[in-house]
Amino acid sequence: MNEIIIATVILSALGLFFGVGLSIASKIFAVTEDERVAKIRALLPGANCGACGYPGCDGLAVALVEGKARVLDCPVGGETAGDAIAEVLGLAVEKGEKMVARVLCKGDCDVSRDKFSYDGLQDCVAAAQIFGGSKSCRFGCLGYGNCQRACPFGAIDMIKGLAVVDEARCKSCGLCVAACPKALIEMAPMTGRHFVFCKSKDKGAATKKACDVGCIGCTRCFKTCKYGAIRMEGPLAIIDPCVCTNCGECVPVCPTHSIVRILAPGETAPTAVPVGEEATPASAEQSPS
Amino acid sequence: MAEQIITSFLAAVLIENFVLVRFLGICPFVGVSKRLETAVGMGGAVIFVMALASAITWLIQRFVLTAFQVEYLQTIAFILVIASLVQFVELIIKKVSRGLYDSLGVYLPLITTNCAILGACIINIQKGFDFINAVLYGTFAGMGFTLAIVLFAGIRERLELFSDVPANMKGFPISLVAASLVSLAFFGFQGLIK
Repeated sequence: MNEIIIATVILSALGLFFGVGLSIASKIFAVTEDERVAKIRALLPGANCGACGYPGCDGLAVALVEGKARVLDCPVGGETAGDAIAEVLGLAVEKGEKMVARVLCKGDCDVSRDKFSYDGLQDCVAAAQIFGGSKSCRFGCLGYGNCQRACPFGAIDMIKGLAVVDEARCKSCGLCVAACPKALIEMAPMTGRHFVFCKSKDKGAATKKACDVGCIGCTRCFKTCKYGAIRMEGPLAIIDPCVCTNCGECVPVCPTHSIVRILAPGETAPTAVPVGEEATPASAEQSPS
Repeated sequence: MAEQIITSFLAAVLIENFVLVRFLGICPFVGVSKRLETAVGMGGAVIFVMALASAITWLIQRFVLTAFQVEYLQTIAFILVIASLVQFVELIIKKVSRGLYDSLGVYLPLITTNCAILGACIINIQKGFDFINAVLYGTFAGMGFTLAIVLFAGIRERLELFSDVPANMKGFPISLVAASLVSLAFFGFQGLIK
């Protein structure tokens, strides 16, 4: 009996000794966790989307304090967060342009056709593996909403079998770009308002057959553009949003209405030319010519 | 004295290398040997913890366990000491070198359950070392661990970069084969001292 008591007492005493020692040590060696980390962490959106390339917002906050990341590296917080973070860090903000995801396809179910009826998994990647999807255009949006599910901010809506980005809600994290098996989504600066909403590399006749609003490679816009913002990649015109001045002269010359001006929030559609508007793109394209 | 220290050094580092001959502390040996830098850090942490643990466990054995004739509590008491010590070292490393703390990651707490440390402490007592020799032996044993893990990390880095390893042997399989070869090499030191 005595032995049990001695053993218990000795072990308890040892435990107590080390416990107290450790708690004292933890006070002495308390890491003054850089308080800026916590401050910056509070400024970040906390979506932990990983678009910055760091493991979550905590990772970015640490990297920012260590000077490994730039204040605008959080594409979600953007300049608002960037300014505040820069203030915490005592840095000047490097201004960057806000990027927005653009779905470069307008082939919704009104203007495109089905090659066959697809009953499989409602997933773009799965659908794309069967003859490139059931859509008549093998480059077009399949409409099963992988990008919609990938978007942590609910900025993508599926309208008539076509993904549409709400640029007010888009936080330019770029997750939808990776989610699209057809690589239809591109990040473009907010200032670029004109795009060729087609990615078909097929020859004009084939594109025309597959979709009413595809780019047929007629090069009219290419010849019209005074600023060299439009280039031809085979039978496909591409507008460089960084060079584009948004003059809008390419819009009326496009015979298939592939080129559309995306209306800025609050902007009303010009009445002269029937171009698409942002909320329901492609609906305007349906007007019989 | 000097001769004795050298003998003890050779014995602990080469002949009875904790990892490669006694097969203690295999977990961190395999786990933290992917990069040379981390391996050196881990080695340093183990040397530090081993020396300190040797000193403190020796004192505890002498003035607590033997004094109260409760030597049978050795294992649990030593584990308690080592666990507290590792926490302590963790606190210090976190304070002093954040980079090392981050790169050691989960393996630092794993020193707690590192049998190499407990092994060194118990061997100290079994061999009947006095205090100074116990601390020296602990330090040397830690150095042996460091030597093994640093050598092995170098080998693994080279394996990764320059070797055409068959796909089914990539990663851990080839590392274990390499470890066994290094271990065989260390058995060549047997008989270095009588």
